[in-house]
Amino acid sequence: MTVRTRTPSIFRPQKPIDQGMLSANRALVDDINRRNLLRGAISLGALTMLTGCDVSEEPSVQSALRAVSSWNDGVQELLFRKQHLAPTFSPAQVVKPPRFNAYYDIEDVQPIDSATWKLELAGLISDKRPWTAQQIYQFPEQEIIIRHICVEGWDYIGQWSGPSLRAFFERVGADLNAKYVYFICNDDYTESIDMATALHPQTILATKYAGSPITDPFGYPLRLRTATKLGYKNAKWVKAIEVSNDFRETYWSERGFNWFAGI
Amino acid sequence: MSTAAVTSLARNEQRLHPLPLRIMHWINAIAIFIMIGSGWKIYNDDVILGWLHFPDAIVIGKWAQYGLQWHFFGMWIFVLNGIAYLTYGIVTGRFRQKLFPITFSELLATIDDALHFRLTHDDLTVYNAVQKILYVGVILVGILIVITGLCLWKPIQFSELASLFYNFQTIRVIHFLCMAAIVGFVVVHVSLALLVPQTLVAMVTGGPVVDGITARTAEPVPAPMPSPKPAPAPPPAAAVEPPVADSPPQGPTNEPT
Repeated sequence: MTVRTRTPSIFRPQKPIDQGMLSANRALVDDINRRNLLRGAISLGALTMLTGCDVSEEPSVQSALRAVSSWNDGVQELLFRKQHLAPTFSPAQVVKPPRFNAYYDIEDVQPIDSATWKLELAGLISDKRPWTAQQIYQFPEQEIIIRHICVEGWDYIGQWSGPSLRAFFERVGADLNAKYVYFICNDDYTESIDMATALHPQTILATKYAGSPITDPFGYPLRLRTATKLGYKNAKWVKAIEVSNDFRETYWSERGFNWFAGI
Repeated sequence: MSTAAVTSLARNEQRLHPLPLRIMHWINAIAIFIMIGSGWKIYNDDVILGWLHFPDAIVIGKWAQYGLQWHFFGMWIFVLNGIAYLTYGIVTGRFRQKLFPITFSELLATIDDALHFRLTHDDLTVYNAVQKILYVGVILVGILIVITGLCLWKPIQFSELASLFYNFQTIRVIHFLCMAAIVGFVVVHVSLALLVPQTLVAMVTGGPVVDGITARTAEPVPAPMPSPKPAPAPPPAAAVEPPVADSPPQGPTNEPT
């Protein structure tokens, strides 16, 4: 069993958030808060009566369920076949455009300006110089036509290309014996995968979909695409990659979804 | 002599539902409850049938992640208990004894009895043809739901197994249909158990004592061995069998062939 410790993220903002906007509109904010608090209290009470309590939220039950989920991480690690290839498909079966999914709507996607974007490298990597979009797009490409499977149950076949993560790691001198690879995204999303998955022959840093650069909603300029994980592990709008031996919760695992999420 | 016979009978006493079987039955009931309730929650995130959305009041887990947590916890109970049950049924010969053979003529006779309201439940130790088919059927569905479940959980690691089915959505549909079949079975099973409450009592207390010799009437009784012990007395059938209802004996159609 892996011992997991929480370490503060090196990507945590150094300066506190600017409160100027709040102070300038103090009166309005207070007014909204008072009204919403009243309304919220009433509807929350009504909701509790309607739905009752979910036993899953009981701290002891939740920690037991999460312990089983952690145990399942270990089982999945054992079941993982490092060189076993996922089925691939023909270009004719590719769905265009890919299916959008995030914890927010497609209209709320914040596009990245590739002129200023850089891929930062951190942790157990010997050459941590950041990569520009242009440099990344010049890296030898690998193409995979694989099935994307969402934890919700839907799936589609997508055609992705970009640098193989293994080749990229070999180039920058990442510690291939480290345990975890973290992806820090342009929104507040984070994901991490085990090193075995990172080195799988069908794990790439995707820059293109169906032969053209990925569009904004699907992770431009760079996203992770691995054939052996559920959709939510495939971080979009990646701005930093960190290699580490320390386990930290990620966006969805913190909220109770299974961390390993292998398929 | 008579005291010795009674002690020997008590020592070999075998109930209709032996204790391990009762334990496995109720563990399975809990596992099925967890798996179906949480499965409905997971289903709701991406419905297969546009009109079918399970109400929040009957699913397990308020949020998707709770449904998933319960499902991937319940699977261990369902699978490990299921393996124990199948092993037990095969090793002890219970499946062979209780569920087989199922003959077509027996099925016709059961249907005929049912249509003439002649089905009786005086003897809980013998299953009619419809019961046998339902029990064998639900065991097979249980195996299929685990296989499709494995394929949904690990479609890549178990890609050879998953390739037996057409594609990922086909596996989901089969997994869903197995659930529907199990729900259908549970509705019938629980309704009938409530209609004939002694079956429910039997699954708690063990039910009537079944004697090893009477249970194998089809086999020739071995000749008494020359030994200082006297040959076993004929089983006191009336004493160990459940009380027979006051109705006149039914035709031979109710008896196993």
